[in-house]
Amino acid sequence: MNEKKYAALEKEISPKTPYLRNCIKAFLVGGTICLIGQFVALFYMTYFDFTERTSSNPTVSTMIFFAMLLTGFGFYKKIGQIGGAGGSVPITGFSNAVVSAAIEHKSEGYVLGVGGNMFKLAGSVILFGVFSAFVVALIKTILVKLGVVSW
Amino acid sequence: MVARGLLTFKTNPSIASTGVTAGPLEKKSPFVSLFDKMYDEEQSGAGTNEQGHAKMMEDACMIALSKVDSVPEDADFLLIGDLVNQMTPSNFCAATVGIPYMGMFSACATSVSTLITAALLTDSGFSKIAIAGAGSQHNAVERQFRYPIEYGSQKPETSQWTVTAVGVAAVTPNKKGMPSIVCATIGSVVDLGMTDPLNMGAAMAPAAADTLQRHLDGHGTKITDYDCIMTGDLGKTGFELYKTLASNNGIDVTENFRDAGEEFYGEDPSFFAGASGAGCSSTVYFSEIYAKMLQGEYKRVLLIATGALLSPLSFQQGDTIPCIAHAVELTMK
Repeated sequence: MNEKKYAALEKEISPKTPYLRNCIKAFLVGGTICLIGQFVALFYMTYFDFTERTSSNPTVSTMIFFAMLLTGFGFYKKIGQIGGAGGSVPITGFSNAVVSAAIEHKSEGYVLGVGGNMFKLAGSVILFGVFSAFVVALIKTILVKLGVVSW
Repeated sequence: MVARGLLTFKTNPSIASTGVTAGPLEKKSPFVSLFDKMYDEEQSGAGTNEQGHAKMMEDACMIALSKVDSVPEDADFLLIGDLVNQMTPSNFCAATVGIPYMGMFSACATSVSTLITAALLTDSGFSKIAIAGAGSQHNAVERQFRYPIEYGSQKPETSQWTVTAVGVAAVTPNKKGMPSIVCATIGSVVDLGMTDPLNMGAAMAPAAADTLQRHLDGHGTKITDYDCIMTGDLGKTGFELYKTLASNNGIDVTENFRDAGEEFYGEDPSFFAGASGAGCSSTVYFSEIYAKMLQGEYKRVLLIATGALLSPLSFQQGDTIPCIAHAVELTMK
């Protein structure tokens, strides 16, 4: 049996990825996380001196804190298994990536273990997040200078 | 022509006893009543996953030795292996028990590669008691090959659950009334271009089918000669593929075909396609199969342990997953 034939056989026998079901679950899980985030933002706007724009910082921190607790108590991996990208794309997924790596590498000490590894998974999110923000900002600056859009 | 990679043992060394230890999640296994020792905690009370892994191995060795009324000083060789980098759990276990030691690696096929080597040492008269076996610890293996344990990634249905379990066997010169090792086939590496580390069963299935074919042809036996032909850890997906490949080769796939990984956690969907890990085949072979042979239910079995010879580095660099399967034949007279 050659590689091509085997790849075809493997595709035929391996269970299919239920893309539609996964998408719906990701939508529901991700949407629920964002809904909770919206409530947190409303809480900051109602009870503290925040506007819609300035409430995002404390909201993000709060959501990160929630996800950190859920990761530590072993619940976030279950959310991730059900929600897929719905669990990993929101800021809570970023928190989970950092905290899970930190917990994992605690056995190697705080400097080389936790410090050296906690951004193992999240590092690429930071790198490419910052880079894409830079590119978007550059495009917008050019468009503003040309008078196409305004800040 | 000398058949390559085939072994026939002249003195038929026996498996005089076995020792099986397993972690807390493995209590869900249908084979749990046959395990010698279970731990209530993943790290077996040690400080780290890796130390817990070593402790499980030590306990398994001591249990196997105690069943033949022996102490580590009586054993001539210790041949064990695991999946952690440089096999440190096996090394620490060997340091504690103090038996002359050779660490062996065939990934999840280590259960059979160690058993074959122990049989060779016994056959050649160098060994009175040789401990052979393999183990794995879920957390220690997952962190090395995949993601941190608490990371919320979505695992597909084809993925397998690395077991926390160790199985070892005490191999001695032939003893009446004990399962004995008759012949074996050393596997060749088979690589059909699979690259998905979350579908290892599919990568390993061709290696298992290849070794089965070579064993049958080389030793001149038929499927019907065996009461059971058990593969190591192909899991639900890989097992289906392996049976398809075998029947494509003209082999009559019967009820006698079993897979340790497929059966290890029963039908529980939280373990996806079933179990994997070096401890999967070793524990099922040295509990379920061994017990059935002692009871006389199985008179002749063929055990084909399968291993995926990948590293996290190799698959990240885009390499395929080379796989191996070693076979050993046991009889009970």
